[in-house]
Amino acid sequence: MQKNEVKKSNDNFFMNIVRNQMFIPLLALAILALFNLIADPGFIKISIKENNMGNPVLSGFLITVLDSGSELAILAIGMTLVTAASGGQDISVGAAVAIAGSVLLRILRGAGTGNFGAMLLVAFLVSCIVAMLFGAFNGVLVAYFKIQPMIATLILYTAGRSIAAWINNNELPVISDPFLGYFGGFIPGIPIPTPFFIAIICVVVIFLVLKFTNLGLYTQTVGINENSARLNGLNPKMIKVISFVVLGLCVAVVGLIKVSRISTINYSVIAKDIEMDAILAVALGGNALGGGKFNMAASIFGAYVIQFLTQTLYKFKVSADALPAYKAVVVIVLVVISAPAVKEWMGNMTKKFKVKEVA
Amino acid sequence: MKDNIVLQMKNIHKSFPGVRALQGVDFTLRKGEVHALMGENGAGKSTLIKVLTGVYSKDEGDIFLEGSAVAIHSPQDAQKVGISTVYQEITLCPNLSVAENMFIGRTSGMGQNWKKMNKDTEKILKSLDIPATATQQLETCSLAVQQMIAIARAVDMDCKVLILDEPTSSLDEQEVEKLFKLMRDLRSRGVGIVFVTHFLDQVYEICDRITVMRDGQLVGEFEIEKLPRVQLVSKMLGKELDDMSDIKGDQKAYEKKSGVAPVLEAKGRVSDAGIKPFDFHIDKGEVNGFTGLLGSGRSECVRALFGADRITGGTIKMNGKDVKIHKPLDAMKNGMAYLSEDRKGEGIVGDLSVRENIILAQQVLRGFFKPFSKAKQYEIADEYIKLLSIKTASADTPIKSLSGGNQQKVILARWLFTHPEYLILDEPTRGIDVGTKVDIQKLVLKLASEGMSVTFISSELDEMLRTCSRLVVMRDRKVVGELSGDDLNQSKVMSTIAGGDK
Amino acid sequence: MSNNKTKASGSFMDKINNLTDTNLLLMITIVIFFIMYIAAMIFQGGGFRKPQAFFDLLNANGALIVLACGLSLVMITGGIDISVGGVTALVSMCCAVYLDHMGGNVFVSILIALAIGLAFGAFQGFLVAYLDIQPFIVTLAGMFFARGMTTIVNNKPFNVANEDFSKLKMTRVIVPFMGSTNRKGDYIDAYIEIGVIVALLVVVAMFCILRWTKLGRSFYAVGGNRQSALMLGINVKRTRFLSHLICGLLAGIGGYIYFLHVGSGSPSHAMGAEMDAIASSIIGGTMLTGGVGNIAGTLFGVMSLGTILKIVAAAGLGEAWWVGITRALMLCLFLVIQSVIMSRKKKV
Repeated sequence: MQKNEVKKSNDNFFMNIVRNQMFIPLLALAILALFNLIADPGFIKISIKENNMGNPVLSGFLITVLDSGSELAILAIGMTLVTAASGGQDISVGAAVAIAGSVLLRILRGAGTGNFGAMLLVAFLVSCIVAMLFGAFNGVLVAYFKIQPMIATLILYTAGRSIAAWINNNELPVISDPFLGYFGGFIPGIPIPTPFFIAIICVVVIFLVLKFTNLGLYTQTVGINENSARLNGLNPKMIKVISFVVLGLCVAVVGLIKVSRISTINYSVIAKDIEMDAILAVALGGNALGGGKFNMAASIFGAYVIQFLTQTLYKFKVSADALPAYKAVVVIVLVVISAPAVKEWMGNMTKKFKVKEVA
Repeated sequence: MKDNIVLQMKNIHKSFPGVRALQGVDFTLRKGEVHALMGENGAGKSTLIKVLTGVYSKDEGDIFLEGSAVAIHSPQDAQKVGISTVYQEITLCPNLSVAENMFIGRTSGMGQNWKKMNKDTEKILKSLDIPATATQQLETCSLAVQQMIAIARAVDMDCKVLILDEPTSSLDEQEVEKLFKLMRDLRSRGVGIVFVTHFLDQVYEICDRITVMRDGQLVGEFEIEKLPRVQLVSKMLGKELDDMSDIKGDQKAYEKKSGVAPVLEAKGRVSDAGIKPFDFHIDKGEVNGFTGLLGSGRSECVRALFGADRITGGTIKMNGKDVKIHKPLDAMKNGMAYLSEDRKGEGIVGDLSVRENIILAQQVLRGFFKPFSKAKQYEIADEYIKLLSIKTASADTPIKSLSGGNQQKVILARWLFTHPEYLILDEPTRGIDVGTKVDIQKLVLKLASEGMSVTFISSELDEMLRTCSRLVVMRDRKVVGELSGDDLNQSKVMSTIAGGDK
Repeated sequence: MSNNKTKASGSFMDKINNLTDTNLLLMITIVIFFIMYIAAMIFQGGGFRKPQAFFDLLNANGALIVLACGLSLVMITGGIDISVGGVTALVSMCCAVYLDHMGGNVFVSILIALAIGLAFGAFQGFLVAYLDIQPFIVTLAGMFFARGMTTIVNNKPFNVANEDFSKLKMTRVIVPFMGSTNRKGDYIDAYIEIGVIVALLVVVAMFCILRWTKLGRSFYAVGGNRQSALMLGINVKRTRFLSHLICGLLAGIGGYIYFLHVGSGSPSHAMGAEMDAIASSIIGGTMLTGGVGNIAGTLFGVMSLGTILKIVAAAGLGEAWWVGITRALMLCLFLVIQSVIMSRKKKV
């Protein structure tokens, strides 16, 4: 009898781990790390190198993951909120990043020889406003015109890169001021890549917002039961729009980092396929793509795991263009194992298995 | 006489986890009769129908069709043996033509003889006198005609038993008349019709026989002439006229203080949910209620007060001052609270914890930038869990894993925590255990004695009589009377609900 | 299908109100197309006035017509497929590699195209219909997979040098009496490409299937109301599966027509073709919510979109971005129209 109880609690302990939202991303990370370790034990190594500006900076596989995963982590924040509130995903984020970046460059290009830092601040604020307006546009289509989020954002997905090119008349302005480069590279004297800091700031901000406002409670309530939300005095439409606007803000930050990395822009390549990665991050974090409850930390962690996967594939000489094929497989595996029909089937299988065990 | 029996259900039992929905129910349908199946919510009508049509499988009992036992495991099985159902919401495809709706899914093979199909359809439509053409798109027909086409499809499938599950609830009077004409026509052809409805007038207009159910049990089968309205109502509500003594018990009669403006006063309030404009008022510390059978518009009235549906007219004064209430938030800000009758659809936020469900409404009132701290949230949640003795593993348990009664208590806690001046409880006792029901009634009286105004709606009349000092009676979506004082007894309430002849 | 036969009299507005959604949306599309085309002929002059301009429109959009037919079918059934552009690229690339690098046979290359399309359709259809996963997510993955596979097969664009193929590619069908004389006074025959013939055949076939077969009507039934369709005794899962399967097959055919038109393989082929197909379908009166749509409308949708883009180009706004923006504006406009129609209908 007692033995049985011990076993039961063990079961529960094990089940708790498996049920924890962090379980899947952690498992994925572990598998990837193991894979890397076998293929090349040196991948953990972090060394100090001089970059082309003569600053000693950290480099290594893991640093690259942290560095280039920043954009994804920031977008995952917004995407999580949109998913939770609207039950759908925004596939226009890549195109919107192009717009934000283009606006940024347009203003910097027109700037005189004044204080570059001040100009950059103005440019960034304007790009934030533009990106949030486009977010609001998506949100209005979704909330007020009741178009499915993915279809509604398909409009901006098509037009976004064209709009970005139009803003700068299809020119590719190059900004030579090194200050711009700080945001996508390194600040002199600090060996850790700046995007990672920006990502951390964003993460801290969103956690403060979630702690000191009701954003989390409202979005989840709207996502789970819109009727209930309305009867409790919430305005579900407004909250959906707000989630898209927040995503717009994230997009603007990513736009700054992306532009800063190369001091210019390539309209058709910038943030390409990033929408797929962002959706993947949310799904990998164990959040239901149908909306409702969300776990922000899991999404952000999921984003870095996705980047880890990307970098691993790069390491194995998979070209950037071929990446989507591998990620598509990951997406399919994720959605299939979380499909209710499959879950039920697996549940039945384990039940059968247990029955056999008892017998 | 016996040969006339087309369908017989014997000793049907059906249980769901925690509920015994059907306990030994018998039901007999004869050829060429319209047989009403009556009962209040939770009486087991819809469960019985679903057992008959194969949506649910029965736990026990037998079904005989024309004397031989049949096994029905799916809606398709039911159709095959000749039991067809037409539901309240139309289950046809509005974007297809009438003929397609009549015939699609019925033949095998790839091809379809469209000419023949259209011709056959025209023939059926004509024979049943349905004003539609075969090639017309279904959605261009009125709801009544769509309903008739659904019936025509059922009839054409050679059905012996036709079940009409509240087919008239979205039809106007003329449309209902058309539908009845069709039903009479079918009756004369020998089809047995089971008619489920909440409209008493309609029952007395068309039915030959009534089977009444209550609490999952059979109350009895009656011929229509031998069951006057008041008796029918009393059977449905479970009170014999004889023992209708005044059971108001220990509740103090409410005394109106003169000169004080009512807490809430509505004039000509009307929403887009299909009720006639109504007036209403409630005083401080008063408990009143809306009564009437299901579908009489009692929920729609309180929803109109709270701004839950789109408001199309009328004014509201609170404590003598004009207030604008167009959406729930307006009502909440003015000290109102509304517990919806649809606990699942409009009450609980399933995946969120008990704690979050309790604080939700008050949190919305406090504003976006002023969340309760985690510690405060637990404090509040624990307080209300104790106050209402909510049975939950912890304050962090998702509300959807609680039992119905405890979910209801959580929602009640949510609204109590907003400290409303005026609380509306729409069927707070539906589908929950007896203990909780009593708890909630006691609580209502306690709140009123502390000065809160409460509107209480329940399908169970004695609950209302026990708690309310004034009842607004509704029939067919309009207010037909108001009872208080000595009028507040079973027989008076029932006769007012029944209306019409005695 | 037109119910206004029953109400022959009545004012014009009455007639409009009595139109079914399908017919109303179809009418809007046809009117828009003619207005645009005539406007183009009047204001742009030159090229637009020659019949060949119209045939060129067809030649350029043959593949899109087929893809849009597939999209219309899936959307009528209440789903969506955004993998068709990727599949087109993959088909072009695989056939190009097979014909050029391996010196393959044209007939086999067609089979390859069909097989790829069917494989995508079957897999996506299974996930959507039998595992009940959101079609958007499934086909988004499908699109990325197809794009990725295209570069894995070959990551550089190249032209196909294969005699048989070139012959097929250059086959032109002369349209009698539609030719025009050029500046030198020589008579030049008007022509359409062989792919257009196939595309038009597909249109006719799909039109007939959707209009007159039981399967076709099942697509409408499932898209209109899945629950009702089930109650009417339709095999909903199989119907949804078939819609994706046929859409996949059409993506294969469309892919080959595209390949035939461009005669090369490239990872950047048919970029955004899924968007164009969806936009054409929507412009053609297919409702995203399912149950409403018409293949004839889809054909007009493709032509409308093509005309607009041509006008934009002819108006001197040749820069690539105008094309993208115009496309999106069209899509946005029609989505909003649909949404307004839907909400108006609910109120009534």
